[in-house]
Amino acid sequence: MSFQVEITPENKVYGKTPLLTDNVMHYCPGCSHGTIHKLVAEVIEEMGLQDKTIGVSPVGCSVFAYNYIHIDWIQAAHGRACAVATAAKRLTPEKMVFTYQGDGDLSAIGTAESIHACNRGENIVVIYVNNAIYGMTGGQMAPTTLLGMKTATSPAGREAAIHGYPYKIAEIVSMLDGVCYVTRQSVQSPAAARKAKKALRQAFENAMAGKGLSFVEMVSSCNSGWKQSPVDANKWMEENMFPFYKLGDIKVATEPKEA
Amino acid sequence: MAKIKGTVTVDVEKCKGCGVCVVACPTDVLALSKEVNGKGYPFAMQANPDACTGCANCAVVCPDSCLTVYRQRDPNA
Ligand SMILES: Cc1ncc(C[n+]2csc(CCOP(=O)(O)OP(=O)(O)O)c2C)c(N)n1
Ligand code: SF4
Ligand SMILES: [Mg+2]
Repeated sequence: MSFQVEITPENKVYGKTPLLTDNVMHYCPGCSHGTIHKLVAEVIEEMGLQDKTIGVSPVGCSVFAYNYIHIDWIQAAHGRACAVATAAKRLTPEKMVFTYQGDGDLSAIGTAESIHACNRGENIVVIYVNNAIYGMTGGQMAPTTLLGMKTATSPAGREAAIHGYPYKIAEIVSMLDGVCYVTRQSVQSPAAARKAKKALRQAFENAMAGKGLSFVEMVSSCNSGWKQSPVDANKWMEENMFPFYKLGDIKVATEPKEA
Repeated sequence: MAKIKGTVTVDVEKCKGCGVCVVACPTDVLALSKEVNGKGYPFAMQANPDACTGCANCAVVCPDSCLTVYRQRDPNA
């Protein structure tokens, strides 16, 4: 005999975490930012760190991240999130401090602040959302834009001779002694999102244990900037971004950094 | 009949109709509606509710956290 599943709290297996506010996110339909916000909120909730966490939001589409997760936030000037997070963590070392930054924010205008925070080994987490484009300002080319990729400022496709090569800042910071963990993840499929959440958890644990800086790259889609449907953009990302931005752990330090 | 079944509720006004949940569902439960919500978006709905196993794959990839998943053992089994 067939039965109807009852909508009761006992039968609930998954739903919105109370750490997410009830605000409707301003992101475009299907944008990876929303999924990543949710995973961050879930990890903070599961670790019981709501009252201890300070997020630093960037300039970029995720500038309004503070509207969506019920924790303390600071909104940094463009590219300066790692510098602001350094101050927050040093002044309140008992707090869990993370930055949330796009590829334009972290690896263009904020390269210096980001690399030096990594090199100093600040006990923070950097969440780096790489959608290979400046989403917020209308889809201009970023340092991370793939060769051949069309954007508002590279309408014929990115060309190395004119625009230089796309670069992998995760690999670059993995060479620095202050960095204990570098991983590249994505959230377009259920399996990928579950793995990405584990990586965030690992990074947050590292920061609370004072192991140095953890860098979590999220290869993401910007379907509006890429001018594709959300589902097509995710597919395009799998086919074109993943061969260049390879997923997986890049550095897992076994020895704690020397004091 | 399956011993364990699932079901999904949708926050219709929050859904932006991106369709990421539709392709994430391994049993083709979900589809986008023909009607639109207050913001003009089609929204996720169970087109084939009997196939739901309550795996939560759809909700895990939902960028706007509009899906809630329930799962129950068949009381008659
Ligand atoms: C000092 C300064 N320079 C430039 C800008 C314009 N601007 C705003 S967001 C942005 C880039 C955003 O791209 P990204 O960091 O990749 O974030 P996304 O929107 O793609 O998530 C730029 C250049 C600014 N706001 N401030
Ligand atoms: S412009 Fe791109 S990055 Fe910004 S909200 Fe839209 S899809 Fe997301
Ligand atoms: Mg970007």
